[in-house]
Amino acid sequence: MSDPVPLTTDHPGQLASATPPAPVRSRRLSDRGLAVGFISPALLLLLAMSVFPLLWTLFLSFTDYSATRGGPAHFVGFGNYTAILTSAQVHQRALTTLIYVVGAVTLQTVLGFTIAYLISRRTHGRGVLTTLFLVPMMLSPVVVGLFWRFMLDAQFGVINSMLGSLGLGQVEWLTRQRTALISLIVVDTWQWTPFIMLIALAGLTAIPKYLYEAASIDRASEWFRFRTITLPLVWPLLLIAVLFRAIEAFRLFDLVYILTSGGPGVSTETLSFHVYKVAFLGFNTGTASAYGILMVLVVIVLTQIYLRYLNKLKEG
Amino acid sequence: MAVSVDEAVSTGPARDHPPPARRLGGRSRSVLEVALLTVLAVVMLFPVLWMIETSIKENRDVYAVPAEFFGFTVTMDHFKDVFVGPDGGRSALSVAFLNSILVAGASTVLATVLGVPAAWAYSRFAVKAKKDQLFFILSTRFMPPVVVVIPIFLMYRQVGLIDTKLGLILIYAAYNLPFTIWMMKGFVDEVPAEYEDAAMLDGYTRLQAFRRFTLPLLVPGIAATAVFALIFSWNEFVFAIFLTSSDSVRTAPPAIAGLIGGTTVDWGLVAAASVVFALPVLVFAYLVRKHLIAGVTLGAVRR
Repeated sequence: MSDPVPLTTDHPGQLASATPPAPVRSRRLSDRGLAVGFISPALLLLLAMSVFPLLWTLFLSFTDYSATRGGPAHFVGFGNYTAILTSAQVHQRALTTLIYVVGAVTLQTVLGFTIAYLISRRTHGRGVLTTLFLVPMMLSPVVVGLFWRFMLDAQFGVINSMLGSLGLGQVEWLTRQRTALISLIVVDTWQWTPFIMLIALAGLTAIPKYLYEAASIDRASEWFRFRTITLPLVWPLLLIAVLFRAIEAFRLFDLVYILTSGGPGVSTETLSFHVYKVAFLGFNTGTASAYGILMVLVVIVLTQIYLRYLNKLKEG
Repeated sequence: MAVSVDEAVSTGPARDHPPPARRLGGRSRSVLEVALLTVLAVVMLFPVLWMIETSIKENRDVYAVPAEFFGFTVTMDHFKDVFVGPDGGRSALSVAFLNSILVAGASTVLATVLGVPAAWAYSRFAVKAKKDQLFFILSTRFMPPVVVVIPIFLMYRQVGLIDTKLGLILIYAAYNLPFTIWMMKGFVDEVPAEYEDAAMLDGYTRLQAFRRFTLPLLVPGIAATAVFALIFSWNEFVFAIFLTSSDSVRTAPPAIAGLIGGTTVDWGLVAAASVVFALPVLVFAYLVRKHLIAGVTLGAVRR
């Protein structure tokens, strides 16, 4: 970032008192002074709490520093990076994360769009329906994770109980390698389908009515109208929602932590969860930092795509 | 022109419905759609209802196999346990709830006090590389929390902010600031700059014009933004679990998650605590439903 605002100091101790400075008692405070005075406190807090920590992580990623062992950090060059990029463990976590992100986001998009489409075709009760569908999204991941853990319990969970009364067998949802990852995807889908639905609904209701009227004068088939009017007009906004969810899913930590703790074995360990284990259970702070920086790079690339696309959409 | 839930609702009837007679089976198709929507609604809402149901069941009904959907004895014991400790005093959970209120409240105030003036300045003035600055600000919000927490943990350990409410308040404020700035910039953009120009012609300074004329118009927007910041801080878990440990500092999410630590889990209590925890969020979210799209996309999408 190019930072034109002259920052007086960026030391973290100061930020508690970071409020706009009292206006200089000149008759007219210059606009420039006002802009600097209003923007710099906010930027200071971000520098202290986001940029400085990241720079520190960057520094640590080139060392063998350990948070528990203490002692001075030794410079190890790109050692941490090569270790991570060549580690089979990390490759496996990357694959798990990829399956999870693609699976969850795809399911959410299909379901969310379907619900939005169905709601947009209703004439009555849209408000109530929308509000009801939005509930899961507002819950904390802690509540969602805990509660699904209870519902998916192999012995007294309600899901197995319902399967049982349908005459189907019991499934060990969270304790089998394959079903655990599926459960994670299902729970994330349950929570975030409303997000896609909300944005798709905004796109659907913004489509001008006359397009459909014109199409029905031409006796266009329903499928044709969907394909040539609905989908192209909703798609840009839907893509924003999908990208947003993909970034969020890539960062996901809390749900994994609560629902499966990465288990059984390492079958649900995503990259975020693995970083946590390296940093806080293994205390290889240097390695974890390099790991984190690599993840940040991925997020930056994704965020750039997202923001650029958003920008294009706003200008277009 | 933000499309809100309300607007989506009031767009009114008869949008794209073909006249019923036009297509054979139009009616049965409509029935099918309603049925599908009902099934989806039931699936989406069932976990929430099950949670509420579990919170008012007696323990033996909670663990009943097969699960009991109706006809169980209603009890409020779990809710009592959330607030009252086994010794009759305050429970650890209720302390955690108070901490959550304090931390979420203070961090929201801080983010708002820093964010609103910044948003106004970004909206009104020609700041150098404005777009880059704004995108930089938003991208800090997308950093993976697990990665950010590593250096924050080391930093806090150095300056003694580990396991303090102040530490949590600061990190939450920084976490909500990008959102506040983006969301508020949208609201400021909607207030014509001419109001301030006119006030300045009358002899007010720019700052006075902002305070007297623009700020009052921003109050609804500030309230909506603050409510979202409050919800985000209230629900936050990752920073809370890594940066705090003692009961007197811990916020509600790690405290509730801590309930499943032991060998036996009191799921009734977990459910009751979850209900108490989630209820204010749902109420607040309902209050700001008009701005929900802007809110959940961090102020990036508003159409």
